[in-house]
Amino acid sequence: MAKRIDVKDLNIYYGSFLAVADVAMSVEPRSVTAFIGPSGCGKSTFLRTLNRMHEVIPGARVEGTVAMDGVDLYGDGVDPVAVRRSVGMVFQRPNPFPTMSIAENVLAGVRLNNRRISKGDANDLVESSLQGANLWNEVKDRLDRPGSGLSGGQQQRLCIARAIAVKPQVLLMDEPCSALDPISTLAIEDLIAELKNSYTIVIVTHNMQQAARVSDRTAFFNIEGTGKPGKLVEIGATGTMFSAPSERATEDYISGRFG
Amino acid sequence: MTTTTRRSQPVGSPVGERTPRRRRWPEGRASRAFRWLSTGAGALILLVLAAVALFLMIRAWPAMTAGGDVLADEISWFPDDSSLLGFIGPLVFGTLLAAALALVIATPISIGIALFISHYAPRRLANGLGYMVDLLAAIPSVIYGLWGAIWLAPRLEPAWQWLSGTLGFIPLFAGPASDPPRVILTVAVVLGAMILPIITAVCREVFLQAPRLHEEAALALGATRWEMIRMAVLPFGRSGIVSAAMLGLGRALGETMAVLMILSPGALYSFNLLRAGQHQTIAANIALQFPEANPLGVSALIATGLALFVITLAVNMAARAIVARRKDFSGAN
Repeated sequence: MAKRIDVKDLNIYYGSFLAVADVAMSVEPRSVTAFIGPSGCGKSTFLRTLNRMHEVIPGARVEGTVAMDGVDLYGDGVDPVAVRRSVGMVFQRPNPFPTMSIAENVLAGVRLNNRRISKGDANDLVESSLQGANLWNEVKDRLDRPGSGLSGGQQQRLCIARAIAVKPQVLLMDEPCSALDPISTLAIEDLIAELKNSYTIVIVTHNMQQAARVSDRTAFFNIEGTGKPGKLVEIGATGTMFSAPSERATEDYISGRFG
Repeated sequence: MTTTTRRSQPVGSPVGERTPRRRRWPEGRASRAFRWLSTGAGALILLVLAAVALFLMIRAWPAMTAGGDVLADEISWFPDDSSLLGFIGPLVFGTLLAAALALVIATPISIGIALFISHYAPRRLANGLGYMVDLLAAIPSVIYGLWGAIWLAPRLEPAWQWLSGTLGFIPLFAGPASDPPRVILTVAVVLGAMILPIITAVCREVFLQAPRLHEEAALALGATRWEMIRMAVLPFGRSGIVSAAMLGLGRALGETMAVLMILSPGALYSFNLLRAGQHQTIAANIALQFPEANPLGVSALIATGLALFVITLAVNMAARAIVARRKDFSGAN
């Protein structure tokens, strides 16, 4: 299921404003890649170009290539809707659909992709997805209750279940724990460690300990000043990045001297 | 505010003592005054409602207690061999029919316009369009009546002929369609145009408030724009749509001038939408008969007004019940 992503010469614009400049990196399959960096450095913006979600904002566009197993996501005739179906996303704030039950939430993406799904298959998928998100035991007795009645951490795991129910190639996570308490954060981190066996995971985080704990590779983004574009400073194995980064800026950021 | 913060600093106490002059209106009294003001405003609503209900009941009493023969004897336009209920019944029916038809015509169009403005149109077009919709709401109803009677009705006539010709087997559209089309369907179209702006405006506001979070959740799952609207916007806006429709229904129920100017009245329980002389609404009937009514006639008209009042209350309660039914899933929790 998991695929690799190769980004080359990527510039991201909002209208005429260059938000992120000249990114080149590879994301390995079946691994966790973490993006760290100060606020406003463009890491979330870059993350959203990996499933073309940045296009939701009027005027946003990119130059360069983002290739998933060699296929350019921005090539001619590539439908952003199709891209998003194979690259799932989990957001900063848990966002289960409040008008849907827990089970309906899990099935929301599947119903878009494959409208006809038998009741038995649907039940199996709900169970396997919720188990994949470590949520099954907590909600199995109330699958028909609204998802918004769960705790924040449970809601976020429900969103992960919803994302993996469509069996994506890649899972993007945009600060998935920043609205959660430490115990829920731990639950999500454990989950990420399990999910990387089957998915390619990219996670944006403000929490450097989290990046160190969950990721195999870490990318550090930085910005020189307001109005300047964000840039990828370096990317490497997480152990190396946190012990012996090759750039001074990375070391300063990781050791807490700025940002 | 300033005094408390200053008092908490021991060094600043001399400054703190100079402030009591500003406490001639301490916060406690101001907020108490405001509480009474808002409570009073709330109570005023109930008072007005009660006053209207009381007025209607007292003034309708003579007609309600008089027998059918007395009413028929004393009131020139009162139908023979009928009771007061027999008189009010067809009017209630006509009122509900016209308003319901208007709602059926206006609601889908309004939702469409509102969605276009909130989610499809480029921003500049959306602003202009929203402004136009608000302007539409500002047109006085008598203008709508003139427009409907003089301009629209002749143009609808061929359409009604066609309807009765092709769909005439459905009793609703049974022919022959009247010419000129001073019929309830024409009225419904004009009423629909009149309630379109209010429904559209409310729906637009509701759709604009659909949480970005949920819209993005739908898009990230690979929803097209329409699928996103169905997953995140419409469910969120459901209660708002119902409220909007009820606001529109309220306006359609009470509308007088447009109906008066277009409809050729009758007093039947008829579902035949294309024939003249079948229906009349309460409001239009009051406006038509009131100027030349004798005291008992006025009382009978007020009794119909009481019926309209009850209908409107019932409609609003029903709307609230609909909105409350799926409260758990409304996203408000």
